[in-house]
Amino acid sequence: MDINLLRSLVTVAALATFLGIVWWAYAPSRKSRFERDALLPFNEEEGTAENGPPAVFRRNELERP
Amino acid sequence: MQAQESYNYKVVRQFAVMTVIWGVVGMLVGVIIAAQLLWPELNFGVSWLSYGRLRPLHTNAVIFAFGGSALFATSYYVVQRTCHVRLFSEALASFTFWGWQVVIVAAAVTLPLGITTSKEYAELEWPIDVLITLVWVAYAVVFFGTLAKRRIQHIYVANWFFGAFILTIAILHLVNSAAVPVTFWKSYSVYSGAQDAMVQWWYGHNAVGFFLTAGFLGMMYYFVPKQAGRPIYSYRLSVVHFWALIFTYMWAGPHHLHYTALPDWAQSLGMVFSLILLAPSWGGMINGIMTLSGAWEKLRTDPILKFLIVSLSFYGMSTFEGPMMSIKTVNALSHYTDWTIGHVHSGALGWVGLVTMGSIYYLLPRLFGRTEMYSVRLVNTHFWIATVGIVLYIAAMWIAGVMQGLMWRAVSDDGTLTYTFVESVKATYPFYAIRLLGGLLYLAGMGIMLYNMVKTIAMAQEADTRIPVPAAAHA
Repeated sequence: MDINLLRSLVTVAALATFLGIVWWAYAPSRKSRFERDALLPFNEEEGTAENGPPAVFRRNELERP
Repeated sequence: MQAQESYNYKVVRQFAVMTVIWGVVGMLVGVIIAAQLLWPELNFGVSWLSYGRLRPLHTNAVIFAFGGSALFATSYYVVQRTCHVRLFSEALASFTFWGWQVVIVAAAVTLPLGITTSKEYAELEWPIDVLITLVWVAYAVVFFGTLAKRRIQHIYVANWFFGAFILTIAILHLVNSAAVPVTFWKSYSVYSGAQDAMVQWWYGHNAVGFFLTAGFLGMMYYFVPKQAGRPIYSYRLSVVHFWALIFTYMWAGPHHLHYTALPDWAQSLGMVFSLILLAPSWGGMINGIMTLSGAWEKLRTDPILKFLIVSLSFYGMSTFEGPMMSIKTVNALSHYTDWTIGHVHSGALGWVGLVTMGSIYYLLPRLFGRTEMYSVRLVNTHFWIATVGIVLYIAAMWIAGVMQGLMWRAVSDDGTLTYTFVESVKATYPFYAIRLLGGLLYLAGMGIMLYNMVKTIAMAQEADTRIPVPAAAHA
C-alpha cells in the first residue's frame, strides 16, 4: 500500500474520532452526567469526612464493605 | 476500619515552597540578562556570567524549576483531592522531589560552566537527561498509580490534562534527547541537519504545548472552579477542549522553522495546525473565564481570582498572537526579532506565571493549616506589580520587534539595505530599558510572594487533611 494513502487514512480516521468525541460529549443524553462530573471537586469535606463522597461518585467495587 | 487515611501533603508542600524559591531565582537571572543587554559590561569579563550561558540558565530555571515544581505540587494535590486517595508510594513521591531538585542544581552548575547540548530548552547533557528520565518515570508511576487506586469513578478533567502532560513530556524528552555520549559531559545528537532541527522544534513547541499549556490547564480546571466556588462553565466543552488540543498540538512545531531548509510542505502544515489551535485554546480560555459568569463581583475582592482570571486573559492573548505569528508572511516580519520574545513572555509571565501564583496562593494556606495567607493585601499588591510589569515588558518587546523587522527589510531606491544591523540594535536600546523595568517589577512581585510565604509558614499548624471515606466503610 502506498504510504501516502495510509497517511491520508490515518488523518481521516483521526478527524472522525474527534468528531465522534464531540458528538459523545454533546449528546443530550449525557448532559446530566457531565453536570454531575463538574461538581466533583466540591465533594470533599475537609477534615470531617464523616459521610464520604456521595454514592454517585463512588467507584463500584468500593460499594462492597 | 482502621485509622482514617490522610492525604500526602508533605511532597505537595515541598514542591510548593520550592516553586516560590526557584521562581525568585529564575526571574532574578532573567533580570540580570535583561540588564546585560542594556549594559554589556555586566558580565564582568567572567565567562560563566556571560549572556550565552546565563540565558539557558534563566529559561531552564523558570520553565523546569519554577514551572516544573508548580506542576508537581498541583498535580499531586489535585489527583489526591479528586480521587479521594492518598498519593501512590511515599518513597517514589519523595524520590521525584529530591531527584528533581538534583536535576535543577545540576543545571545551575553545568550551564554556567558552558556544558550544553545547545538544543534550546533541552540544553542539559546526557547524565542529567538520564536522571530526568528516572524522575519522570517515577512521576508517572506515582500519578497514574494514584489514578489506578482512586475511590471516585470519574477521572476529573484536570487529571486528564496532567496525565497528558506527563505522558507527552516523557516521549518528547526521550526522542529529542537521544544522543551519542562522547565523554561524561559531551554528547552529540543522533539526528543531523534539517531532521535535527525538525525534531528539536517538534520537541520545543510541544514543550510549550504540553509542559507550559496542558499541565497549567490542569491547574486552571481545578483551581478556578474551587476559588470561584462554582463548577466549570461547561464540562462538556472541557472534554472537547482536551481532545482538540491533543489532536492538534503535535503538528504545530514546524512554524519555528519557516523559510529554512525544512521542506515547504512541512512549514505549511505547521502553519495550518497552528491556526487550527486557536479554536481549542480559546475554547479553554472561555471555559475558564465564563466559570465566573454570574459572580463577577468576586473579581473585585479576591486577589487569587484576579491572578487566575487575568492569567486566562493573557492565555487568550498569546494563543491569538501565536497562530497569527505562525502565518508565513507575518513570520517573515516577526522571526528573529524581539517580537518573539514579547510573545513568549506574554505566555510565560502572563499565563504560566500568573496561573501558578494564583494556584500556589490557593495551596499555601491549606498546606500549612491556615485559612488564608499571612497578608491578603500583599497578594493584591503582588498581582498589580506583576501585571504592570508584564504590560511594560510585552509592550516594549512588541514595539522593538516590529521596528527591528521593518528596519531589517527596508530597501533603498538603489536596492541596498536602508539600515545596517547595528542601527536596529541602537534603535532597540530604550526598549531594552523598559523591558528591564518590567522584569524588575515582576521579580519584585515574586519577592513579595516569598516574604508572604515565609510569614505564612511561620504561623503554620497541623494540616494533614483526612480523606473522606465511603459511608459503607464506617460500618
